[in-house]
Amino acid sequence: MEEPATSMLRSVNDPLRPGVNSSGERVLSIEGLRVEFRLPDESTEVLCGVDLTARPGEIVGVVGESGSGKTVAALAVVGLLPSAAHVSGGSVRFFNENLLDLDSRQMRAIRGSRISMIFQNPRASLNPVFTVGRMLREVLLVHSGLRGRKATVRAQELLADVGLPDPSAVMRRYPHQLSGGMAQRAMIALALSSSPDLLLADEPTTALDVTIQHQIIQLLLRLRKRQNLTQIVITHNFGVVAELCDRVAVMYAGAILEEAPVGRIFEAPGHPYTRGLLSARARVEQSSGIRSIPGQVPELKNRPTGCSFHPRCEHARDICRVSTPRLESSAPNHSIACHRWRELAQ
Amino acid sequence: MAAFVARRILLLIPVLLGVTVVTFTLTRVIPGNPIDLMVSPLASEETRERIAENAGLNDPIWIQYLRYIEGVTRGDFGDSFVTNQPVLDDLTSRFMPTFELTLFAMLLAIALAVPLGIAAAVWRGTWIDHVSRLLAVFGVAMPVFWVSLVAIYVFFFLLHWLPAPQGRISVMIPPPDRISGLYTIDSLLTGNWQALKSTVQSLLMPAAVLAFAAMAPLARITRASMIEALESDYTRAARSLGLPESSIVFRHALRNAILPLITMIAIVYGYLLGGVVLVENVFAWPGLGRYVYNAIASSDYPALQGFILYSTTVYVLLFLLVDILYVLLDPRVRL
Ligand SMILES: Nc1ncnc2c1ncn2[C@@H]1O[C@H](COP(=O)(O)OP(=O)(O)OP(=O)(O)O)[C@@H](O)[C@H]1O
Ligand SMILES: [Mg+2]
Repeated sequence: MEEPATSMLRSVNDPLRPGVNSSGERVLSIEGLRVEFRLPDESTEVLCGVDLTARPGEIVGVVGESGSGKTVAALAVVGLLPSAAHVSGGSVRFFNENLLDLDSRQMRAIRGSRISMIFQNPRASLNPVFTVGRMLREVLLVHSGLRGRKATVRAQELLADVGLPDPSAVMRRYPHQLSGGMAQRAMIALALSSSPDLLLADEPTTALDVTIQHQIIQLLLRLRKRQNLTQIVITHNFGVVAELCDRVAVMYAGAILEEAPVGRIFEAPGHPYTRGLLSARARVEQSSGIRSIPGQVPELKNRPTGCSFHPRCEHARDICRVSTPRLESSAPNHSIACHRWRELAQ
Repeated sequence: MAAFVARRILLLIPVLLGVTVVTFTLTRVIPGNPIDLMVSPLASEETRERIAENAGLNDPIWIQYLRYIEGVTRGDFGDSFVTNQPVLDDLTSRFMPTFELTLFAMLLAIALAVPLGIAAAVWRGTWIDHVSRLLAVFGVAMPVFWVSLVAIYVFFFLLHWLPAPQGRISVMIPPPDRISGLYTIDSLLTGNWQALKSTVQSLLMPAAVLAFAAMAPLARITRASMIEALESDYTRAARSLGLPESSIVFRHALRNAILPLITMIAIVYGYLLGGVVLVENVFAWPGLGRYVYNAIASSDYPALQGFILYSTTVYVLLFLLVDILYVLLDPRVRL
């Protein structure tokens, strides 16, 4: 697993971008990632061993209720955890290098050029006092060394690529002069300005209304088709998962409870939590008013022992209260972290 | 924009009218009889009565008020009881010295407080943050008057680095030819290095004392708004784009933090115009502060009222300037 530091440095600077390597095709491979928040009086483990992989061109969904640690996981990948948080274990391999071993300068060189991120609230993600053009020009200068006329032309191309009509007018606009959908497109143009290998999208459509949501999803699909862009899409909306993703990981209280191809998750969900989420969704669609699974996401600082879902699980047994289940393979490409998945599958 | 400015300047009229009502009433209510200033203490009762009658001091207060307003509209603020000069002339000639002093104090305070506030925000919780908070507390807690005396004691009496309180320029050196009325600018423009040196030496201590008091709120607002900007969504997004930290701090965050800072600068400047009363007295500065101090001490009503009208106008124009700057700097602000 461990690679000598020199080889990692080399691969960071390698202009040829080693896309495929002998250990299998993995753009991103997160293993056992742990993140702790250190507050003055206590420390809380927000992620307790997250595993997640993404292959080239794959769109991986991460779903889970609010507070389950989806954003924290994404921020840990790009090295932008809040100052109170730190990674306390695991590895984040991006192609061949463990990102956790890189210093802040090396991480900065990767951010925005090889791994980009877009956020939930697109208008708030753009600096209110800068025009779209000003932002694009700065990013193009930093990562591609483009300036002047060349930068303008490239910026217009990028804006046209994300489906913004009249790019030169959009370049002169300030964020408050853009609609949410336009702002998200502008943010995507910024994120894609130096053709990254991986896009992390943290609830990219949550703040948008339904038709715009659909357009952004189409855009993300088009990006995969056109440039084989690998994406990790965080959402709590199974509709987005169904439309957009190839594979989905279900996250709960800082760990992945189930991971499977999208079709399989909908047909044969293995984990009681996933089943609960899906049936809660079905009930919402029938607008019976019931919101979700009974109970609440546990307070992470008082995490239950054993399986963190057991207090809300109707199938919980003694073992669930004592020992934490690990992700195990229940079928090809399908893994479940539940002591009882075998019995429940019947 | 022009219409906006015109509207705001028209708004000055009701504001100033309101201010005159209040000041006029107050100056008539506070103790001290101005007639004592206008006549010799040896004058007979009849003389006092005659002069009071001539000056209109025996008329009902609202007649006195209307007479005053009528004068003001003609630019006649009355004559000072003390200097016997038209108040407007007195104020105008004392404006530039005070403006020069407070301007340099403000520039000094900004030059120190803004970097300090930025550093405290970027490295919050570290020793820089604590030092800046400590400085801020001292700046607020120590009376300007006392700081002035300590500064004179240390820098003049003990160290001989700076001259004794001598006003704007040494009495041995003729002031520079008048162009703007600011000695620093005028001596620079005329290449009068001797005057420039003496002016800067004289300016340094009173300006530093005022700046010390002004620094605290400026450093605090800079720190607070920088922290807000640095923790905002757009800063996180800018970081996710791999922009260098220097650009994040000095372009992306500072450019947003500067807006509340501008408001605070205007507020603090208003506060400086109050603090300058004591500082001008200590440093023998021939400005508005000393003038108004003497006016208060001697119940010089016309001078006091004139000063208040004058400073109200300055405040209103100052905040108009702030609003204009907001329009120029914040694309979200529309007129
Ligand atoms: N700055 C912070 N300080 C302390 N705790 C934090 C901080 N940021 C996040 N957390 C904690 O980390 C946990 C995971 O938060 P995270 O933002 O990753 O959730 P999420 O899954 O993205 O939720 P949402 O769907 O609401 O975005 C939460 O319990 C939250 O309380
Ligand atoms: Mg989130």
